[in-house]
This record gives sequence, structure tokens and C-alpha cells, in this order.
Amino acid sequence: MASIFQGVGAATSLSSSTSIETKKFHFCSRRSPSERKACFVVVRSGGVMVDGGLNRIGGRAEQLVTNAVAAKADTPAAATASKPGHELLLFEALREGLEEEMERDARVCVMGEDVGHYGGSYKVTRGLAQKYGDLRVLDTPIAENSFTGMGIGAAMMGLRPIIEGMNMGFLLLAFNQISNNCGMLHYTSGGQFKIPVVIRGPGGVGRQLGAEHSQRLESYFQSIPGIQMVACSTPYNAKGLMKAAIRSDNPVILFEHVLLYNLKERIPDEEYVLNLEEAEMVRPGEHVTILTYSRMRYHVMQAAKTLVNKGYDPEVIDIRSLKPFDLYTIGNSIKKTHRVLIVEECMRTGGIGASLTAAITENFHDYLDAPIVCLSSQDVPTPYAGTLEEWTVVQPPQIVAAVEQLCR
Amino acid sequence: MALAHRSSGLLKPLSTASSSSFLHRRPYSTDDTTTITVETSVPFTGHNCETPSRSVDTNPKELMTFFTDMALMRRMEIAADSLYKSKLIRGFCHLYDGQEAVSIGMEAAITKKDCIITAYRDHCLFLGRGGTLLESFAELMGRTAGCSNGKGGSMHFYKKEACFFGGHGIVGAQVPLGCGLAFAQKYRKEGHVTFTMYGDGAANQGQLFEALNMAALWDLPAILVCENNHYGMGTAEWRAAKSPAYYKRGDYVPGLKVDGMDAFAVKQACKFAKEHVLKNGPIILEMDTYRYHGHSMSDPGSTYRTRDEISGVRQERDPIERIRKLILAHDLATEKELKDIEKQARKEVDEAIAKAKESPMPDEPELFTNVYRKGFGVESFGADRKELRTTLP
Repeated sequence: MASIFQGVGAATSLSSSTSIETKKFHFCSRRSPSERKACFVVVRSGGVMVDGGLNRIGGRAEQLVTNAVAAKADTPAAATASKPGHELLLFEALREGLEEEMERDARVCVMGEDVGHYGGSYKVTRGLAQKYGDLRVLDTPIAENSFTGMGIGAAMMGLRPIIEGMNMGFLLLAFNQISNNCGMLHYTSGGQFKIPVVIRGPGGVGRQLGAEHSQRLESYFQSIPGIQMVACSTPYNAKGLMKAAIRSDNPVILFEHVLLYNLKERIPDEEYVLNLEEAEMVRPGEHVTILTYSRMRYHVMQAAKTLVNKGYDPEVIDIRSLKPFDLYTIGNSIKKTHRVLIVEECMRTGGIGASLTAAITENFHDYLDAPIVCLSSQDVPTPYAGTLEEWTVVQPPQIVAAVEQLCR
Repeated sequence: MALAHRSSGLLKPLSTASSSSFLHRRPYSTDDTTTITVETSVPFTGHNCETPSRSVDTNPKELMTFFTDMALMRRMEIAADSLYKSKLIRGFCHLYDGQEAVSIGMEAAITKKDCIITAYRDHCLFLGRGGTLLESFAELMGRTAGCSNGKGGSMHFYKKEACFFGGHGIVGAQVPLGCGLAFAQKYRKEGHVTFTMYGDGAANQGQLFEALNMAALWDLPAILVCENNHYGMGTAEWRAAKSPAYYKRGDYVPGLKVDGMDAFAVKQACKFAKEHVLKNGPIILEMDTYRYHGHSMSDPGSTYRTRDEISGVRQERDPIERIRKLILAHDLATEKELKDIEKQARKEVDEAIAKAKESPMPDEPELFTNVYRKGFGVESFGADRKELRTTLP
């Protein structure tokens, strides 16, 4: 696998595209430039050149997930149209997952600000209100605390609401409902009530959105007992996690990222559901385990290219499940590489990285050859100025430097 | 027999004789065909709506049931008081005595498919919804026989089959939940309603008005019931609210002010509200009631109000006394029979407490149960990480 990646790294003389399915790369390289452009998957993140990740390897939940297109694409010189799967953007993948679940179960409903007629501020729910009606795709007033509470009350009665926060930061207003009612009701009622809600929304540092609209709430919610948290990063896992979250009987908080909504990927036509608690092996390697999630995955993969050129072999894992951590995948990786680098977008203090560091130290201390390095955002409110904002989050050169330091 | 020793000049001549010879003379508690019309103590006051009539129809069976149930509730709360003082109940214990009429009247007007959700003063509402004394006391004492397996406590009584949704510790947070219950009822089009209860203290929470706005916007079948006992812990209502007319606070939402110490007024108002809400959207009911105990067991209840006030209300407006007078006036039972009912209630409560004391405390594995739900098919580890694998379907 590492050799294929070398191939990818070497051949990226193309402008701004890298394939997600590396096996396809072989066929595509034989074609004319125009066709080649059509068959490659463009994965951009606001002008920054990024890599796509490999599909998850590992057979643990093979029976759940239909393997992505890579396995089937063995027909040489196939035309673009007959390739299995279909291409779409991340927000469309979310919508597809949502629509499939709403079709499948009449109890699934959506509520949030501007999800109905407006179609969602990031277009995730576009067209759904026209299809399912105003009650099932409910436009709420700006009252996060109460409509989150309403969603939880409806869930107690057997519905399966999906509550959208227009920006994750707004859900701070609903913290009481999420912590006390959402997380705890199953426990305090002795198991009588289940709360199958999905709370989703975009968070993370965007493009100069300002301090209050660039918050990372995963660190605030991670202590709440009774909830699960997942973060999606590619269209493939966005759709799979959305469906899994809706089908789950537990309250799940699905963290999306403002800058990742326009990622394009080819996903399977068949229905698939991903495992909520499993991490994704993005790039297997030997020298160091890099744990990351959401947007930082792309910074890591970009750094990985540089690292590979310098001769390192990083293993990149997108942890996806922020609560609980997939210590199985992470542990096996650490047993192999003995070095861990965590790259996250949360703040340094009390972030996901801090908890992950503690969890790894507790469980896998014997396997570590070096202290865990955790690269997180600075403990500052996100500034508006572009340059300052760039310095708030972790950038690829920092990741490269950290790996070099770690692997000395 | 014992009866003769107890009789004194205070008792009416009728009851000095042995009670058995009188049983066949009196339509005691089994007759639900005779209609008795009762007038509520005060007329209803309406805001943006018509008031229901002051005359409420009832029957002997209902009257006797009211008395029996309220006596049981009162007894349970007083027993909880002494259990708390003997440190068998810990933490917070908010008692409902004085307010029983709200629960009883409401239950008489609705079915078990209509939902009730309230805050932490939930023991009697739980009983009214069909909860047993054993479940209540066991939960209060933290035993496994409790309604929440001992893991909820005084503030977290729930009964899903009877559509009783608790039991919430954070003041006001149950109101959006209640509107959510009403939303689900509207979604399912089943024709049931939700009674969302809160106190005069919670009436100043912002989420209440947010939820009210949404309920009115979408015509949700939510009835917001403000149990106004005039004190938000130690703060009197006029010190906390610019406008203590809570039934008017809904502005565009109609409201009704009800004497909450009169079970029949409550019954009439709830019946009226249920019909109203299924057609017109939410309504606010303000129950003018009173609690004899302090806010909770750690509050003596006399630092912010006078003992004269408490005893005054007890003498003039006590809900059980009102029913007692009605029963005696309509000659449905003798004083002795009513006292027997109260004794029976005491006995039941004592038995339940004894049984609850025998119930064990939860074991350590219980600590980790019911944190997550398992087995819906997409997990391989189990969310709480205490098990390695769960089976996938």
C-alpha cells in the first residue's frame, strides 16, 4: 500500500486533484488528459491542495459496510459513466443519508432553523420540506434551548428527531437540554425512555467567520454521560455516519465542519451504514501513528505527502468516533508504531486530544517509545484576521516538524 | 366495642352506633350513577378565552375516590417527611402536601394516554398516574424496587406506560420537553394532549416563552399548567415576577385561573382545556395552590412566610377537608368511615415503607447499566466500553 501512495505523491504534477480510489489511478493514467480530469476526484478545501484518504481497511465490520468502489473497479478502460457509484459533495451525501432514513422510517423528522423552506443554511436539507411537509421538516424560531428540548421530548414519545444547530456554537444555548435531558434521561428513568435524537451541525474554524462562529464544541460535550459523538470528514463517512446515527437508539452528536461541505467523492450506489464507534484507517504506515479527525485529516494528509517524500511512513487514522474512542484500532496501531501524534482542531485545554492522550497513556503506556505529542489549536478565541486565524489552527508544516521531532 | 370508647359528645348521634348497621343505608363509594352537582369555590377567571361553568358534575364514587386518593397522597408525603428526618431519604425531597387537588382533579379529567410532565415535585403526580407506593418509597430510599431502579431519586420519577414523563431537576427545562411531547402527539394525530406543569418560580424562565411561542405557532396540543404556590423557594411571587398573573403571561395564548385547592375546579378546568387545546392550540392554566411544607426538606418554610398564613390556608382551603365536608354534607359516609379511610391509608403507607426498606440497594454493575442502549446493530464494542462485543443483527 505504501508503494501506491508513493505513486500518488510522485504523479501529482496535476493541478489540484488526487484520487481517492488509488486502484483507479492505474487505469486513469493511461487516458487522455481530458478524460483523466473527469475520472479523478477533486478534493479541495478552499484553495488548499489536499489529499483524499483511502477507504477503510480492516475486516471487522465488513458485513455491515458494502466495500467502497475500489474493490469493484476492475474493468479496464471503463468509461466514466459506467463506473459504479455516484459522485457527490459532502452536503449532498448528508442529505442522501437523511433522505434515505426519512423514507425508511416515518418517525424520522428534522427540526432546526431554516431547514425547511430555506433548505438549510448549508443546503443539507434542501428539497426535503417540499417532499415531506412542514411538520416533518420543521422550521423553528431562533430558540435553540427550547427546540432542542422539544426534540428530546418528541424522542421520549417515540419519534426520531434530527436537531440541526445552524452552527454548532449556537448549541451552547441548548447545553442544559443536551446534558441533562438528552444524556441522562435513559439513566435516571431506569431505562424507561430512550432518546434517539441526532444533534448535528457545522462547527470548527472556517474562513474568517469570527470567534463566536468558529467554535469547537466537541470538547465541551465530551464529558456528558449518555451521548455519543462522531465527526464526519468525507462524503462516504458522512452519509454512513448520518444513517448510523439516525438508526441508533442513543443520542448522537454528529459534528460536521463548515469547510468540508464541498468535498466531492464517489460513493457507492448501494445502501451502507457505517459503524459509529469505529475509526477509519486512512493510510497505513510503520513509523508513527497520527490520530486526527474532521478537517485536520486533510492537513495531516497533506503533511503526509511531505513526510513520505522525506522518507517517513506515517500511519494516519481518522478517529471519527469522538466518544467513545475506538481504542481497538488506535491500540493496534500504537502497538505497531510506538509513537503517537494527535492532530486536532480543538483547543489545547480540555480538548479531544487531551482526553485521547489520557486514554492512550492509561491503556497503552507500555507500547510507547516517546511521549504523546498533541497538536491542537491555540487557546484563544478565533481571530478574524486571516493570518491570525491560520496560526490558530494546526498547519501541515507544524505536523511535519512534529513527526520529525517524534521520530528522531 | 372500641368505637364506644372513642365516641364523645363531638360526634354526631348517627355515628355512635356500630357502623355496620349503617352500611346498607348509605350509597358508599360504589355508586357512580347518581349525579351530584358541585359548585366550585370561586368562579374561573379567563384571559382571552371563555370560562367554563362553575357547576361540576360528579358522583359519589368519584367523591369517595378523591378522598381516598388524596388521603393516600397526603399520608405518603408526611411519611416521606419523617423518612427524610431519619436520614433514609437523602438529597432533595420536595413535598406536595397541600397541592394534592391539582393531581387528583387533573387525573379525573384525562386518560392515561394523555401525557403529564412536571418538575421535581412529582411524588403525588406519579401516584396519580398509577405509580405504586412501593415504587415511590423504594425510589426515594434509593432501592432497586424503585420506579427508576433507585438511580433517579426524588426528582426523577417516571412511568412510561402511564405517559408520566417525570421528574426533572432543572427548573423550566421540562417545558420544552412537554412541548416536544405535544409535538409528537400532533405528529401522530392521536388526539391526546400533554399537560406541562411548572411552578411560579419556573414561570420566569425564558425557555417557557420560547416553547409557548412554538406551541402556539404550530397549534400543538400542549396545556401549560402553572402550579402557583406563591413561593419560588424563598422568594414570594411578587418579588420575582413583575406580573404574577401567570395565566395572562401568554399574551396571545388564552389562560384560565383556577382555584387549585378545589379538586372539582381543577377537574373542570382540565376538561375544558383538553377540549380547547385539541381545536385551538395551547392554553395556560394557573392553579392557585399552596404547599404546607417548605420548598424542600431542607427549607423550614417559615422564614419567608408566617405560620399563621400556613395554618390559615390549612383551615380554610385544605383540599381534603373540602372533600370531607362535601361527603358529609351529601351523607355519603360517616366521619368515622372517613377516619377509617385515613387510617387505611396510613396502614398502606407503613406497609409500603416496610416493604421498600427490605428492597436492596443497587449493586455495582447497576452503575453502568442504562447509560446507553445496546444492540441496535451498528456497534461492535458497546458504547460504554465495559463490554467487548455486542451481537450484530
